[in-house]
Parts: sequence; structure tokens; C-alpha cells
Amino acid sequence: MNPSNGKGSMPTASSSAAWKAGDVVPDQFPAGLRVLVVDDDPTCLVILEKMLRACRYEVTKCNRAEIALSLLRENKNGFDIVISDVHMPDMDGFKLLEDIGLEMDLPVIMMSADDGKNVVMKGVTHGACDYLIKPVRIEALKNIWQHVVRKRKNEWRELEQSGSVEEGDRQQKPCDDLDYSSSANEGNWKSSKKRKDEEEETEERDDSSTLKKPRVVWSVELHQQFVAAVNQLGIDKAVPKKILELMNVPGLTRENVASHLQKYRLYLRRLSGVSQHHSSLNNSFMSPEASFGPMSSLNGLDLQTLAVTGQLPAQSLANLQAAGLGRSTAKSGIPMPLVDQRNLFSFENPKSRFVEGQQQHLSSSKPMNLLHGIPTTMEPKQLASLHQSAQSLGNMNVQVNSHGAQSSSLLMQMAKTQSRGHILNESAGSHLPSLPSSIGQPIMSNGIAGGVIGRNEIGDNGRGTGYNNQVAQTSSMLSFPMNHTTELVGNSFPIGSTPGISNVTSKGAFHEEVSSEIKSSAGFVSSYDIFNDLHPEKSQEWELQNVGLHFNASQNANPVQGNLDVSPSVLVHQGYSSRQGSGQNRNISALGRTMFSGVEATGQGNAQIMDQQLSNLIVDNPVRVKYERFSDTSSQNALFADHFGQEDLMSALLKQQQGNTGPAEPDFDFDGYSIDNIPV
Amino acid sequence: MVKNHMQRQFDMKRSLLDQGYLDEQFIQLEELEDDDNPNFVEEMVTTFYNNSARLLQNIEQALVSRPIDFTKLDNYMHRFKGSSSSIGATRVKKECTIFTEYCKKANAEGCIRTFLQVKQEHACLRRKLETYFQLGRQAAGPSANAGGQVG
Repeated sequence: MNPSNGKGSMPTASSSAAWKAGDVVPDQFPAGLRVLVVDDDPTCLVILEKMLRACRYEVTKCNRAEIALSLLRENKNGFDIVISDVHMPDMDGFKLLEDIGLEMDLPVIMMSADDGKNVVMKGVTHGACDYLIKPVRIEALKNIWQHVVRKRKNEWRELEQSGSVEEGDRQQKPCDDLDYSSSANEGNWKSSKKRKDEEEETEERDDSSTLKKPRVVWSVELHQQFVAAVNQLGIDKAVPKKILELMNVPGLTRENVASHLQKYRLYLRRLSGVSQHHSSLNNSFMSPEASFGPMSSLNGLDLQTLAVTGQLPAQSLANLQAAGLGRSTAKSGIPMPLVDQRNLFSFENPKSRFVEGQQQHLSSSKPMNLLHGIPTTMEPKQLASLHQSAQSLGNMNVQVNSHGAQSSSLLMQMAKTQSRGHILNESAGSHLPSLPSSIGQPIMSNGIAGGVIGRNEIGDNGRGTGYNNQVAQTSSMLSFPMNHTTELVGNSFPIGSTPGISNVTSKGAFHEEVSSEIKSSAGFVSSYDIFNDLHPEKSQEWELQNVGLHFNASQNANPVQGNLDVSPSVLVHQGYSSRQGSGQNRNISALGRTMFSGVEATGQGNAQIMDQQLSNLIVDNPVRVKYERFSDTSSQNALFADHFGQEDLMSALLKQQQGNTGPAEPDFDFDGYSIDNIPV
Repeated sequence: MVKNHMQRQFDMKRSLLDQGYLDEQFIQLEELEDDDNPNFVEEMVTTFYNNSARLLQNIEQALVSRPIDFTKLDNYMHRFKGSSSSIGATRVKKECTIFTEYCKKANAEGCIRTFLQVKQEHACLRRKLETYFQLGRQAAGPSANAGGQVG
């Protein structure tokens, strides 16, 4: 069925145009929304079509679920939302719902004449974003666009957090991502998302593009190949790269595999934790009860990574997954690369790797390395901190460019995962110093910091902001190497403030500094994108450029105004890098401190202090980053500073991880993200 | 005369609504009519009756088969009900609900009895709607300006 604009007043060519690149005039929204409606009853189908057209949507109708699926597959980005009946002769509506969620990650609305609670509940558990009772009224249809927006917003947020702030407008307004309500923003991010989708195939590494991943349709066959490969490698050892090799499917990228792997792991987790009835992984996986979520969605990153690492309880995962599924699709970009590149969680032997990794990473562009060392069991936070430290190392050290990049990517990933906010909390005591993923902002995980945080926080001026900024900065520094060299450059990282930072032992100062800096460097958020497509090369360049830039800037900036709460992450990074220079790889500890030390390093080289700070940040403080409260940076800082000793971050982290979940279970009050709250 | 027809049509609609033959959904359908689709409602009703005839047949067959497959019956009826509700056929819908309850209890006799009611309401509404649309065409006048000027 071809979309027929026919009777509606929708602009013919608008469907894509309307949603593209911010051309959309705010008040036209949501006109042009591309809806696919599936119902076996011809009467209902025509009526729905008419109603949707009356809403100025672009409608495609079809009376068979199979046809709908093939339509969706053919036009991967051809639809914005799907409305489907529950009872259909050829396929159960819920099955269709799951498939769509898995393959295309589009919002799906279920409808039925049956308003029984059970059925409605089923819709919820299968991931439907809404359930309409027939007869459907036009008023109900008028608002369906909200589901698209919501989903995009979540995706966008993820992207942003991973440093995908490539949009100029976003950079200017770091906090914009929080303000998705305005249609202008929607237009913007929609367009960016659109652009992302459309350019997925060809421009994965676009300078400012967010995670653009080609939408791979994980058909049953493909998935089975995937599972076979995974089983062959061993679930714990299954690395996207190897899986890809084993599968030997042309056109499939490592990122695709990594993303799918995340989902798969999440799925397994959920299986083991939630229900046992999915005996067949394959089957289950492909159509999990609780909508697994789009394969390609970033969504996986935090949830999956966590799941993978086993940090998240299955239940939480399921919850998150469901939550994520229901809502966010975007995550795809980030998780993939992160996992892939960083191997955060499961793949490598963390301890040994980490330390070495860092150094190696420094030299090698492989981002993963940083995390390699991280034990799989490591709490995400810890990982994040590791990352951070790694990052900081990278950052601080101009020379270490590669390292920085890598660390950033790691951190980014970490951050990403972390950012999931709730996830972090769950994982516990991670030492993510900079998990300040702004409340609910994945950025946190990106921990990497600065980038993410910067983004979120940039808006705020409070400590929280600063915190973020710092983090953001570091991340930007770090992560950007990955993707956006340009981004980084653009961001005047507060790093510049490093010199100042060193002065400012108190975290507070740093923070503010950073925050202010970060603000300007809004761009770094885009570094999150970096995760996805970390190009070693790029990162390399970036690092050099950015790092240098940052530092330079920072040096001059005289940043530390004292209003910065040394966000651990930022500091860590900062310090870290500087530390690097000093040849200390306190990566981990440095993380926390990097920020501080970084500052110092650049400025003064208060290695000691930095170390301390870092170690404090990283080692002892489980993710001090309170998700929900950035403003607690100062307290956080304190935490970090106190605990850090002069030990290698790595060991510290490892120790932490093994010894305790973290001295201070940070009071992460993830209000919004409490996993428990997320209904599966 | 045109006014007369229009008024009559309007009154008939009022009456159908009041008696519960039709509900708000029907009004919504009428509101969807525009210049591009002046006969939208009539077309929809026609589509409905064509489709529902088939569904009713399925139900009838399921009812006469032995043993009665209540699951299948429930399925058919569910679809029929959904279709009926989409044009606002309230009374028909009510009977469908009663039928479904009997069906869930596997009460064959109840199902059969109710099914007869369903068919009756279904046919009755059809006649009324035919009259209704006829009035609409008349109201449009002999100039046949897209005949379906619904009052």
C-alpha cells in the first residue's frame, strides 16, 4: 500500500520533508506524521484512514499483519508510528507489536473492541505505547503523535548524552535537550533524528551526526545466525567482532551486531530473571514478551550493558527494557559502539587490561581497551569511573591523545550506560564520579563525562551544572576524539580551567568552572555519539586537537572560579590526563581526580592532590554522582577527594568492586528511574 | 422541498440516535465527510454491511456445527462487534455483548437465541439507514449535487 495523501490535506511530499531537518514549521506539527494502520476489518480500516487523514497525517492502510511487516521492512524509515488491531486472522496483533518493536523500534498503538483489563495489560507488557478501545474516535487519534515525539525525545536524549550534540542549536543550549516540548526543538531534533535515520547507511561517521546506524532488520534467520555465533563463542566471550566474523553476513556491521548483542544479553537476563517460559532463546529473543526493543536502538546500551555485566537484576533490566522499549528508541546508536568498542562489560579481562589498556589505549586508538581491564563484574559505575580515569588520562595528556579518545569512549560508554540513570543506581556504588548524568540523562553514564554532564548541566548553574560540565568536558575531550573532533574544538572545555582547578582543590570551584566552560562547550555532548562510531582515527585526531585545545584554553581560562564543583568526572579527566603526563596511570583513581588533577596537571601539576582527588572520586566513591542531584556535586566532590588514595584507579576500582559496592552508596535517588518503578 | 427532505433526514437521525440505533460514532463519521468525500458515511455503511454479512455467516455456521467451537464463535463475534461499533450501530453492539457472555459460558442455547437478536437488529438498522440515506439524496435535490448532503 502506498501512502496515499489523497484526501487529506497533507502535503504530499511532506512526509519526510515535514519531519526533516527542522524545516517543519512548529505549528504544522504533527501534520505529516506517517502512520501505518493495520486492521483486518475493512470498515474499521477505512474509517481509521479517514480519521487519520483528517488529522493531517499521512496514512497507509493494510489489512494483513504480514503485509504491514513487509511494508515496514521495505521502508525502514518510512513510518513514524503504527496502529494495529489486536485480533487479526493471520497474525496476533501482539506478535506484530513485538516484531515491530524488535525490528523497527517504532511506537505501536494497539486497538481493539475488547476493553478487558487483561488485554490492555497484554498490550502494555508487549510494549505498546498506547491502547485504544474501538470504536476509535478521532480525538484519540489526534494525539498519537505524542508517542512519536516521546520516543524520539528519548532517543535523542540518549544520543545527546552520548555526546551527540552535533546540532548547533543544541550546543548553544545545552539544556535544550530537556526541553523537548517546544515544537521547534522537536523539529530540530526530529530532523536530526530523521537525518540520523536517513543517513544511517552512508554517514555513520558524520561529523555532527549522531549515532547513525543503519537499520538492520534482524530477521529470524539473521537472528538465528547470530545466536549460533554467540553460542559458539560462548555467551561471555561473544564479542561483536567475532560474532560478526562468524556470521559472515555481508553488509552487517560490528555496530549492528554489538547493538543486537546488547539486546540479546538483556533479553537473556530478563529471561533468567523474569520468566522461564521462554525456553527458546531464539524465539524469545525475537519476540520477547516484554518487547525487547529495537535492535538497533541505543536503548540497549545502558540497560543491556548493565544487564550484560550482570549488574542489573534481571527484573530491573526487564523493567528498564520495557521502559526503554516503550519509550526510547534512540539508544541504539550509542550502545552499540560502546559495547563494541569498549567491551565494557563483559568481554575482557578487566583488571589486567585496564591498566595496560589505558596505556595501550593511549597509544592505540582502540577505545575499548580502557574498559578491558574492567572486570565484568564491575559495577557500571565502576566502569564508568574507570573510564573516566582512563579518559582523564587521555584528556589530560595531550600527548595521550589516543588514550583520551579511548577513555572517553569508554567513559562515554560508561556514561552512557550510566546515564541510564537508574541503571547506575542499580549497579551500585559505581565509582562513577561523574555520573552526574543529569537526572535521567544518559549522559551520566557517559560519564565520560563531561560531555554528558556538560550537556545536561550546562543549563544549570548550580553545582550540578558544574558537575556536568566537568564531566562533559572530560568526556568531550575524551569522547570526542571519537566522533567529533570538531565538537571538541568547539567546546571550550573547561579543561582550560584545569590550571585553575588545580588551584581549586575544592571541588566546588572546579565544578563551576567547568560548568561555565562546559556551557560553552555544549558541543561535547555529541561526543556521545562518538561511542557509536568511534573511529580510532578520528579520535586520535580529535584528541590531539581537542586535547590540546582544551588544555590550552583552560590554561588561559583561569577557569577555576571556584564555582565549579569539581565534578569528579571532569576532574578526573583533567587530572587524569595530566597525570598521564606525569606518567601515572592512576587511571581509575585519576578519574575521580582527573578532574582535579587534570586541572592541576595542566596548571600546576599538583599531582598529589589530583591523585587524591581522583582516587577519592573514583575509588571510594561509588558513583558519587547522584543522578538526581547534581547540586550535590560539592558533596560528591568531597567524597571523591577524600577517599582517593594514591592507588591506581584500577586497583582501587577493582578493590572497590570486590570489596564493597562502594563505600558510600551514593544516594542516588533516581526518582524517575528507579528500576523498581519501572513497570515491565 | 429540499428543506423538507433535509429536515426529515435530520429528524430521522435524531430519532435513530434517541432510540439507540446509532451513537456518537455515527456522528463522528458524518463529521468526517467533506467535499472530497461527500458520501463517506453511506459508503462506510455499505462496506460494513457487505463485510458483516460474511461475518454473520461464519457465526451461523459455527453455531450449527457440532460440537460448537465457542472459541471460534467468540472470535467471529468479536470481529463483528468491532465492525459494528465502528459505524455506531449501538443496538447491534449490545446484542453482540450479550452473545459474547453466553459464548464465554459455552451456553449454546443462549448464543443461538442472542444471535437471532443480533441478526434482527442488524437488519433493522440497515433498513433505517437506507431510508436515511435516501432522504439525504432527496435533500440534495434532483440537481444531484453530490447527492449526499447530510443535514
